[in-house]
Amino acid sequence: MAAYLAKRLGYYAVLLLVAVCLSYLLSSLALDPRAYYEGRQPPLSPAAVDHHLTALGVNDHEPLTTRFLRWAGHAVRGDLGQTIDGTPVGAEFGRRIGVSLRLLLLGTVAGTVIGVLAGAWTAVRQYRISDRVVTLASFALLSTPVFLLAVLLKIGAIWFNQTTGTEVIRFTGEKSPGVDSGFWAVFKDRGVHLLLPTVSIALGTIAGYSRYQRSTMLDVLGSDYLRTAQAKGLTRRTALLRHGLRTALIPMSTYFSYGFLALFTGATFTETIFGWHGMGEWFVSSIGKNDVNSVVAVNVFAAVVVLLSGFLADVLHAALDPRIRHA
Amino acid sequence: MTAVIETAAADAAGQGAEPIRPVGRAGVVLRRFVRNRGALAGGVVLLLLFLLAFVGPLVSPWDYAHIDYSALREGPSADHWWGTNRIGQDVFAQTVRGLQKSLVIGLLVALFSTVLASLVGACAGYFGGWTDRVLMFFVDLLLVFPSFLIIAIVSPRLRGGGWFAFVALLAVFGWMITARVVRSMTLSLKEREFVRAARYMGVGPFRIIWRHVVPNIASFLIIDATIAVGGAVMSETALSYFGFGVQAPDVSLGTLIASTTGAAVTYPWMFFFAAGLLIVFVLAVNLVGDGLRDAIDPTSRRKGTTS
Repeated sequence: MAAYLAKRLGYYAVLLLVAVCLSYLLSSLALDPRAYYEGRQPPLSPAAVDHHLTALGVNDHEPLTTRFLRWAGHAVRGDLGQTIDGTPVGAEFGRRIGVSLRLLLLGTVAGTVIGVLAGAWTAVRQYRISDRVVTLASFALLSTPVFLLAVLLKIGAIWFNQTTGTEVIRFTGEKSPGVDSGFWAVFKDRGVHLLLPTVSIALGTIAGYSRYQRSTMLDVLGSDYLRTAQAKGLTRRTALLRHGLRTALIPMSTYFSYGFLALFTGATFTETIFGWHGMGEWFVSSIGKNDVNSVVAVNVFAAVVVLLSGFLADVLHAALDPRIRHA
Repeated sequence: MTAVIETAAADAAGQGAEPIRPVGRAGVVLRRFVRNRGALAGGVVLLLLFLLAFVGPLVSPWDYAHIDYSALREGPSADHWWGTNRIGQDVFAQTVRGLQKSLVIGLLVALFSTVLASLVGACAGYFGGWTDRVLMFFVDLLLVFPSFLIIAIVSPRLRGGGWFAFVALLAVFGWMITARVVRSMTLSLKEREFVRAARYMGVGPFRIIWRHVVPNIASFLIIDATIAVGGAVMSETALSYFGFGVQAPDVSLGTLIASTTGAAVTYPWMFFFAAGLLIVFVLAVNLVGDGLRDAIDPTSRRKGTTS
């Protein structure tokens, strides 16, 4: 198992390296930082524009290879350069990474756990009313793009607040200004702000996983070993959980690594729509500013998160499937 | 297989009665599809949406870009069927135009990405060895970044290229997972007798892929392409919502939703027609895709199957 995981990890490291290099080259070719400085009010002199661009290391009068090698040289030492506004990318990264991870972590855990349980539950109750209701709901959710879901939740919250004349559901940013004393007050405030963003990225995940889990669970339900497990004296519930769900989870680990791509995209939309100052919001605003260094930094983050989740899926797969563990 | 059983059963039942007309595969698939209520409803809705998107602009008295200064932010009326927006454009004309754009983009993206996926997947599976390794590394590489990020980065450069460049971009980043499935299906097809026979008879590899491999995975490709239309429309609207897709003055469902979100509570007609049509369209596509899967391949009990 260790050899298998080490091999996967090595492969992911190569992928990450190539992907990051390509993303720097692509961003440098596609974005135009010169336009950002030339569009400034009051206008800058061409010499000043050049000076700014050279200071950032993104001057397009230098050959691309020179820029890339210098950037890579700094990057291996952990220095990702400066944003287009002159602040260090590393500091901005550190400020925003927590915000995104909170959202992603909650969304992943809530989405996966609820989705898997809902899928297993509906498989056991196939064709009953509860199964049909969950199936219909997940179909509707899968057909709603994440950004639209977030927008609809926001509109629902505005409508609710207006109708009831209260401010129960707050949804802009991560916390209310002024609430920073008292553990419970802060906790409650943060929790309320987390509600809509988390729900909007978790719902799609729940819908997707429950569909997959339902079908893998259905394949397992009729199997002989499940009957054997009950015959040797396990209750149906224990047999289902220990022998059924475990086997049905194996094919899910593949969906998990692909599902994370969608989740990351969903988090980007959610942050932008709900005004969370995380990596996704940074990305969208950086593209508007033609900020090469920041865009690459978000790409690095995305690649690391996606590959880590892929690796996690491999670990899960190996842990659940003895054929891989003992290979 | 089922067709044979069904005709045999009918034969046994109708012995001596009127002659039995054998049912072809297309007939069986069609019958199974129509029997699935959800799929049938989805199909009808899709048909209606296409009618709305392509006939709507012809019957509407207004052009989607025309500004009626005498009617700003007006609710639905006989004059403006779905009301007008903040600068006096007709919401019906705008929505059907946006729907048309989104539908065309979704269909083209699904077509291109399915062709690309089957080409790459079949080559990787059939040739194996280094071809396989290189192609699959490429697939993994494209899957490292969420495609939204890459398309968003490239999109400012493509503003001049119009919406067709956008279609190409969506297709280029939408084929990887399908290619993997095609690859694994090809791997098992490669060992089948008819492929081996063709190979020993000296048929070239590309001819084998085209004549023997692709027809055998066609049912999967049809189903996958159908689902891909829904996925492509979702990506298109999301990118357009954030300004990385279809550019003004052209409209798509994504740009319509983006420009009217703020008015959704006060002037609901501006927002909810576009948002509703988007959800209904993707839902209908998914139902049809699911119905097709049941009709073409009744042995598979994959996601979303209820019968």
